[in-house]
Amino acid sequence: MSLLLNIAVDGVAYGMILFMIAVGLSVTMGLMRVVNLAHGGFAMIGGALAHWLLQDLGFGFWLAVPLAVAGTVALALPLERLIYRRIYDFGELQQVLATIGLTFLMIASVNLWQGSSLLSIPLPSALSQPVDLGFRTLPFHRIFVIALGLAVIIGLWWLIDRTRFGIKLRAAVDNRATASSIGIDTGKIYMASFGIGAGLAAIGGIFGAELLPIDAYYPLRYMVLFLIVVAIGGMGSIPGSFAAALGIGLTETAARYLVPDIATIAFFALVIALLALRPQGLMGRA
Amino acid sequence: MGRFVPLILLAVAVGLYFLLPYNLAFLTRILIMVLLVLSLDLVLGYAGIATLGQAAMYGAGAYAAGLFAIHVWADPLAGLVAGAVAGAILALVSGLVILRAQGLTVIMLTIAVAQICAEIANRARDITGGADGLRGIRMDPVLGLFEFDFVGQVGYWYALIVVAVIFCFLMVLGRSSFGLSLRGIHESPARMGAIGVSVYWRRVAAYTIGGAIAGIAGALTAQITQLVSLETFAFVLSAEALIMLILGGTGRLYGAAIGTFVFMWAHHTAASNDPFNWLFVIGAMVLAVVFLLPKGLISMPAALTQIFKGGRDAGT
Repeated sequence: MSLLLNIAVDGVAYGMILFMIAVGLSVTMGLMRVVNLAHGGFAMIGGALAHWLLQDLGFGFWLAVPLAVAGTVALALPLERLIYRRIYDFGELQQVLATIGLTFLMIASVNLWQGSSLLSIPLPSALSQPVDLGFRTLPFHRIFVIALGLAVIIGLWWLIDRTRFGIKLRAAVDNRATASSIGIDTGKIYMASFGIGAGLAAIGGIFGAELLPIDAYYPLRYMVLFLIVVAIGGMGSIPGSFAAALGIGLTETAARYLVPDIATIAFFALVIALLALRPQGLMGRA
Repeated sequence: MGRFVPLILLAVAVGLYFLLPYNLAFLTRILIMVLLVLSLDLVLGYAGIATLGQAAMYGAGAYAAGLFAIHVWADPLAGLVAGAVAGAILALVSGLVILRAQGLTVIMLTIAVAQICAEIANRARDITGGADGLRGIRMDPVLGLFEFDFVGQVGYWYALIVVAVIFCFLMVLGRSSFGLSLRGIHESPARMGAIGVSVYWRRVAAYTIGGAIAGIAGALTAQITQLVSLETFAFVLSAEALIMLILGGTGRLYGAAIGTFVFMWAHHTAASNDPFNWLFVIGAMVLAVVFLLPKGLISMPAALTQIFKGGRDAGT
């Protein structure tokens, strides 16, 4: 019973982190049809900025996190203008190649700036202490991450379903040419959604640092994981990424608890089986 | 002009042997990478299968050849066959599943296959040596005549001859009706289907042949370096092979060779000049290729003549 609860809490928390990091990737892939292998880099940049603000400059945690996220967005927007905008029309392979090159540059920059060691992001005592639920105790960090993930999905739902920006975004996803011909500035929509995606990735990177430790090679190490979330969820589908991230979080955590020796193999075998049955993902359009 | 390029490349390879007698290990590594990139050119440049997991077949070939040499027979040519068979079987089995999907899913699945292979090799410590790598490979002399030497002279000639043979095989394959049908599938799968070609099976066949060649490349590494590590399955290896192929230009075999040579050379120089920051050079080089030379280095002569001819043909 206690084992099942552990798996559930850890798995859901892990899934929320994956969701926050991967949702931006899913939206940019669905919206701009760009295969962005560098997306994990934004999670790393967020984490590295948070580490720098906390450890080197001595900022408080709740000040450092928003600054780090804002810093990541501030880096992502010019990148979208300078690099991504130019590769939207390229073929798949050219996009893969360009974003791999970008990933290398991000790794090299963080490596030069902070070195190749682990970049720790110490949590404030409020987050790291355990909470007593009456029948058992849980680390508060996990509960906070789950709440944060839920807040993000509700916020995204509100943004996309209830605001003018959301209407334009959906129109641009459905048909870019038609959307721009009726006066929607698709360039601005792209830039805004790219920035939001990068910001969410930074949040996921910072709060997920306990589960996916931050260092310079972070974008390469977890690239496959984030891409799997998008491929299983279906490109461009936010509910799809949410379901996929939770499913992956629970499956991987369960595999680590129950069959630690073959966890990775079991995990990838499941992924291959699922993608073989549903190549367009859970909620993707065929 | 293209007809003479392979001969020029061969002459360069022979010349480098005499020019850089102390760098034979590095030159041999380039040759082996050329073979891996050639296999990728068949799969990606000809058949149009976007893959980031060619290292799976490379690693399978390396482990198969290493284990074959240790437990069965240490003859190098038999080892190459073992590597080719292992690469082909893995490519066939995984290709049957992978090639049903399209686009990003194909890329994902190829990466996942390579990761599973790496994890199996890591877990099967008793057979593969796990993270320590597979050690104790001792090869017999090539054809019973040429013993592998410490400097790597035999290794270099051995790799060069294998690469040249495979290059010729791919040249013939590319001109055959099978190769032409692959080009057709690359251009338009729907039309090839409409004229009665079984697109799926042709792709599976191309993926399997590509897997066999990647397996031979892996087998060469195992035999010449006498060590197989988990790195043979690494994602970075697949990604770098892709970079080399695009750098040289896809769909032309000599493009694969030129791209590999240039990339490995730049990588080597950058890494030995600045072991910490060489990734900057590689990243910048990749971006430069994508933006400035999207068709690869082999398009450079045409691009240059265009410039020197003046404005008359510009823009056409």
